[in-house]
Amino acid sequence: MVNLAIQTNLDTSGSYLPIGLQLLFAAGMIVTLMGVTHLLGPKRRTADKLQNFASGIESHGEARQPIAIKYFLTAILFVLFDVEVIFFYPYAVNFRELGWSGFYAVLLFVAFFLCGFIYIIRRGALKWED
Amino acid sequence: MYLLAIDWIFIIEKLVLIAAIVTLSMVVAMYATYGERKVAAFIQDRIGPNRAGPFGLLQPLADGGKLFFKEEIIPLASSKFLFILGPLLAMVTALLTSAVIPWGASMNIGNRTVPLQVADVNIGILYVFGVVSLGVYGIMLGGWASNNKFSLLAAIRGASQMVSYELAMGLSLIAVLMLTGSLQMSVIVGEQYNAVWNIAYQPIGFIIFFICALAETNRTPFDLPEAENELNFGYHQEYSSMKLGFYLFAEYINMFISGVIMATLYFGGYDIPFVNEASLAQHIGENWVALLTFLTLMVKALFFVFVFMWIRWTIPRFRFDQLMHLGWKRLIPLALLNMVITAVVILWLKK
Amino acid sequence: MNITQLLFWLLTVIAIGSALMIVTSKNPVYSVLGLIVTFFAISGHYILMNAQFLAIVNIIVYAGAIMVLFLFVIMLMNLSRATETLKNKWLQIVGAIAGSCLFLVLIAALKNTEIKKNLVEMGTGDIGLVKSLGRELFTTFVVPFEISSVLFLSAMIGAVVIGKKE
Repeated sequence: MVNLAIQTNLDTSGSYLPIGLQLLFAAGMIVTLMGVTHLLGPKRRTADKLQNFASGIESHGEARQPIAIKYFLTAILFVLFDVEVIFFYPYAVNFRELGWSGFYAVLLFVAFFLCGFIYIIRRGALKWED
Repeated sequence: MYLLAIDWIFIIEKLVLIAAIVTLSMVVAMYATYGERKVAAFIQDRIGPNRAGPFGLLQPLADGGKLFFKEEIIPLASSKFLFILGPLLAMVTALLTSAVIPWGASMNIGNRTVPLQVADVNIGILYVFGVVSLGVYGIMLGGWASNNKFSLLAAIRGASQMVSYELAMGLSLIAVLMLTGSLQMSVIVGEQYNAVWNIAYQPIGFIIFFICALAETNRTPFDLPEAENELNFGYHQEYSSMKLGFYLFAEYINMFISGVIMATLYFGGYDIPFVNEASLAQHIGENWVALLTFLTLMVKALFFVFVFMWIRWTIPRFRFDQLMHLGWKRLIPLALLNMVITAVVILWLKK
Repeated sequence: MNITQLLFWLLTVIAIGSALMIVTSKNPVYSVLGLIVTFFAISGHYILMNAQFLAIVNIIVYAGAIMVLFLFVIMLMNLSRATETLKNKWLQIVGAIAGSCLFLVLIAALKNTEIKKNLVEMGTGDIGLVKSLGRELFTTFVVPFEISSVLFLSAMIGAVVIGKKE
């Protein structure tokens, strides 16, 4: 049971309850504000007004089209690097106790990280101008 | 006061605190728009808003009120549900980050110690990192749902930019965490309390973090998602009324919160410089000290907000390839190097 | 019924409901949104078990990174109504049969485990905290940790080779 009365131990799941409250509070407030503006504003809809804006000219086709592979590549590399960065967090917390042996382990990890990084740059995966 | 094994006084206390913090974020965001215009006016040798109230102080209220009475436009070609969800998500993620920030020293109300922090969780800074990583959705969903080519391009650019700078931001934080040895925000502040601030040990880490904060909040010189000379108005160009207001508000709230986080991580949080808070508390009481520490944090945070504005009206924006080049090829290796050097120095000195 | 049980059932309903939404919704973007909600519900479960680090990593990596990639891919495919692919009826039936088989195997596997015993510590216990997790990772499991970095390296090379085909 989550005993919320005792807040001496901060490492229990009870300490997350206020975050849930804040989520509910913020979402509730924003939905209410959106609802209020929906009711308050004028509603004079015409077909011309509800067209997409394309700098004054008629818009052609839809904006549902494929784009450059560079963006996908950035996203994939971000996922990989993000996981590697996450691994450093538990290390930073235990860093003093682990001493030099832990440092060498991380250094090896960083070395692999750099290998991949240099390979990516050499292959021009992050080059934006063609 | 126990029902369902919940301490209801605790819940009420937290709700009051949450309401106060959310209101504070909104009010600061509103007046940041005023501040932005005044700073711009000062830099460009103009007067700025001066009609609504003394010194134009009521201008943000007028602007906010106007947003309520504007017509809501949802383009026919858009995906309606996602179009509404976009600004909602942007605003919710902006308001959630403040949950783990310690806003001041504890207060004492009726024999109850009330910490000025919504949730002092064990993973503190990772929570901030997590919420920031969710900020991408607001931009992506909004831009895509508009079904407008300009919005789409801006949304993709914005998402790529945010994820790229998240990496360098995460790496620059590691060095600070090595100094404190904990992810908990209250511990990070406690280590700096009445001691040397982290900025003295981590100047490079701070600069990297600052640049990444600019990029994450889409501020100049990283405001490519809103680059009006190439993308009209950016990812929110189909939006009107309060939905547009939420996108703009979210940007200012993010700016304020990132200022608070920079102050917390590198500038001692709510620590009043050169003052021993414990002895001061004996003179004027705990609650007054709590107020003073809160004001100190606000001064530090608002200073960063001012620097953000100063940069906006001084530096032109990057080209997209320059931005990616800086994020991936300069900041990530630099942050990694900073981390390794910090580790070596700390381990060396311990011997 | 105390608050932990209440939250457990609430999160379970959200997780299963949004998981069903992933499968049933016609629009793939809604499917991705459903998956994000599922990840949040599962993170909530992790927090109830006090696996705090796992909970936040689940959000950062899955909801914050992998789902962004999914959205990128789905949003930027050609999703106009005109180009919707025709669905083969036989393929649907075969898919349904394969899915039910997997479900059956899972149920059969879980039936024999002693699930009624209280398997996890609820709310307390420090196994899932960052500190204890890091200690284990960098002492007992340091070799798998290094091997995982080789895995990342190969994933990077794979992504670049496929993405940069000239």
